[in-house]
Amino acid sequence: MNPWLEKQRHLIDFTLASLARRKTRNIGLLVAYTLLVFVLASLTLFSNALRSEAKYVLAGSPEVILQRMVAGRHDLIPPGYLEQIGRIRGVQKKEGRLWGYYYDPVLNANYTFMARPASEVADGMIMVGEALARERGLAKNNTISFRSYSGKLFTFEVAAVLSPDSELLSADLVLLSEDDFRRFFEYPEGHYTDIALSVANPQEVRNVAAKLTAALPDSRPILREEVQRTYQSVFDWREGILLTVLAGAILAFAILAWEKAAGLSAEEKREIGILKAIGWETGDVIRMKIWEGLLISLTAFLGGFLAAYVHVFHFGAAVFEPVLKGWSVLYPKFALVPAVDGLQVATLFFFTVFPYTAAILVPIWRAAITDPDAVMR
Amino acid sequence: MIELLDIKKAFNQNRPNEYWALHGIDLAVEAGKVTAFRGPSGSGKTTLLTIVGCLSRPTSGRVRFKGEDISALPERFLTDIRRQSFGFVFQQFNLIKGLSALENVILPAFPTGRPRAELVARAGELFERLQLTHRAQAKVEWLSGGEQQRVAIARALINDPEVIIADEPTANLDTALSMEFMAILEGFTAAGKTVLLTSHDPLVVESSAVHRVVGMRDGRLIGD
Amino acid sequence: MSRPSTVALVIIGLLACAVLGIFAFSGPLTAAHQPRLDANRELVARFGLTDLALFTEARYTRHPSQADLHSALQDHPGAFDHFPSGSLLSPPAHLTRDRTDSHEPVAGKTASPD
Repeated sequence: MNPWLEKQRHLIDFTLASLARRKTRNIGLLVAYTLLVFVLASLTLFSNALRSEAKYVLAGSPEVILQRMVAGRHDLIPPGYLEQIGRIRGVQKKEGRLWGYYYDPVLNANYTFMARPASEVADGMIMVGEALARERGLAKNNTISFRSYSGKLFTFEVAAVLSPDSELLSADLVLLSEDDFRRFFEYPEGHYTDIALSVANPQEVRNVAAKLTAALPDSRPILREEVQRTYQSVFDWREGILLTVLAGAILAFAILAWEKAAGLSAEEKREIGILKAIGWETGDVIRMKIWEGLLISLTAFLGGFLAAYVHVFHFGAAVFEPVLKGWSVLYPKFALVPAVDGLQVATLFFFTVFPYTAAILVPIWRAAITDPDAVMR
Repeated sequence: MIELLDIKKAFNQNRPNEYWALHGIDLAVEAGKVTAFRGPSGSGKTTLLTIVGCLSRPTSGRVRFKGEDISALPERFLTDIRRQSFGFVFQQFNLIKGLSALENVILPAFPTGRPRAELVARAGELFERLQLTHRAQAKVEWLSGGEQQRVAIARALINDPEVIIADEPTANLDTALSMEFMAILEGFTAAGKTVLLTSHDPLVVESSAVHRVVGMRDGRLIGD
Repeated sequence: MSRPSTVALVIIGLLACAVLGIFAFSGPLTAAHQPRLDANRELVARFGLTDLALFTEARYTRHPSQADLHSALQDHPGAFDHFPSGSLLSPPAHLTRDRTDSHEPVAGKTASPD
């Protein structure tokens, strides 16, 4: 074998034998390090996958949603608004939407009720999301009763359960006919929750929005690009809980690594002196320590990343579920597209492998340039 | 083989605690012989050994090894010479704790990049010669003082150096083990190696295995 | 007895191969999800959905993109929240960005929190 390679293997042998002397401590460090990479990588993979999924899927949402604002609150669209919009050029289709929230005391869960045209859902029938069906034990043709906010009991038959593949979008949905919706919520006739507009030409969207605000000054248009952008910042590193948790974890690891790497004991200094006295160069000692740093950080990085990949894409990010779930009862089961972003992985690599190796090297450099005759003094 | 010309060595030079350990040493060491430096502690004999063994540089003066001036060489080359030509047996043995005797012995050969199998075979030979084969896999801190010294000797020999440098080799040994060491020393001479050692142990300096005794005091040589 | 360096390098090598494998097979693995993604996009278009059903606990976490500045984000767009999910979501950009860039200057859209 090539002497250079053989020499590197000797150095690795030595550094491993050195590490094996404080087995528990070093394995503990490796585990802590791997866990940190695991959490960071899981977050990166999960949020990245969720963002790209949201971006792709929500590209199908309406170009413009028009809300009416009263005293800073979202209010009902009164009759006549739809007609006024009709005169704006570029609007291809406009539709008054009816939707709202229902609190189900059986599950302590919130549902989203949404009215559909009678052609899709007949009166007395509902279509429900998979998570809701699972929690309430519903299947096709089952009946279910909801007590409306006015105290009346309404019974519906389940016409269909929405595809489990769409849970991320439809977990809590209850689709019912417009008549049922208005009866159930005692929704005033002619009023709508908001208005969805189709604009054929993407270039026209902003003009349409401007015309809408001019025509209906108390309304607020929400563009599709804004809807999409809302999810681009989800799980941003600045988000409260993530930041708190991560800052704690990173700090704890920094202390651990610093304590391990920077606290060069008298024993280690003596060993470096011995190595230099018996014929190791300063460069050999440093190379040996680089290997130590690389072996630990590479193992932790690769192991942590793989575990994170399996965790996010095969176990549905189960570790994050309690956090994401929050107080909500319905939580969708979903599989994310296993896309990995090379740049993000590279960033993660840089921020986990590099600092550790550097933290090991700095004190060693100081110790390794001492005179080799120190051992004889 | 080794020539020292007007060697002076100062520690903490140009500082209030400046201290001159050697005040001009001129000496020629013959190849294939055992030379012992004798003197009280603080006489500069260990400092002299570190200069001869390329562990440190003289403050002034020249060191010639096999006719070549080595006192001005950069660290890299000095380390190369030290690794190839000198084997060290330290007073405290200076073994690396937690590693086996075998690992300790092959350590000086790591920077050479020789294959591990070759090193293990060579260490095996040395262990056999030093009657240490049964302890090869034992961690060094489990070994007795005599065994530790033999491990240190095996380590000094792994790169097959021409010169063995031993600092107070018998200081931590009882009489029987010291006698054993002297026997090993005679083996070195028989193998044609040059040995330099320091000692104030009469058992060593008066032994027939030692060819030349150099007295030292206060950083100067006193009569052969 | 195998050398520690062999063991370590083999472990790292295997891990590295697995990670590279993830990148190498990312294309086909992603493609397998395409029909589901398309079906979901179609569902979004059909029902006119605007948000992910990830956080169902509060109005503004269930439909963050439809939230209004005042009730939705409670006291302050950056405030810590009663609902845990509220601190996972940042306020939608169109609620907090500089209003000169905004196409709709009306309806309680103050640039600074009130």
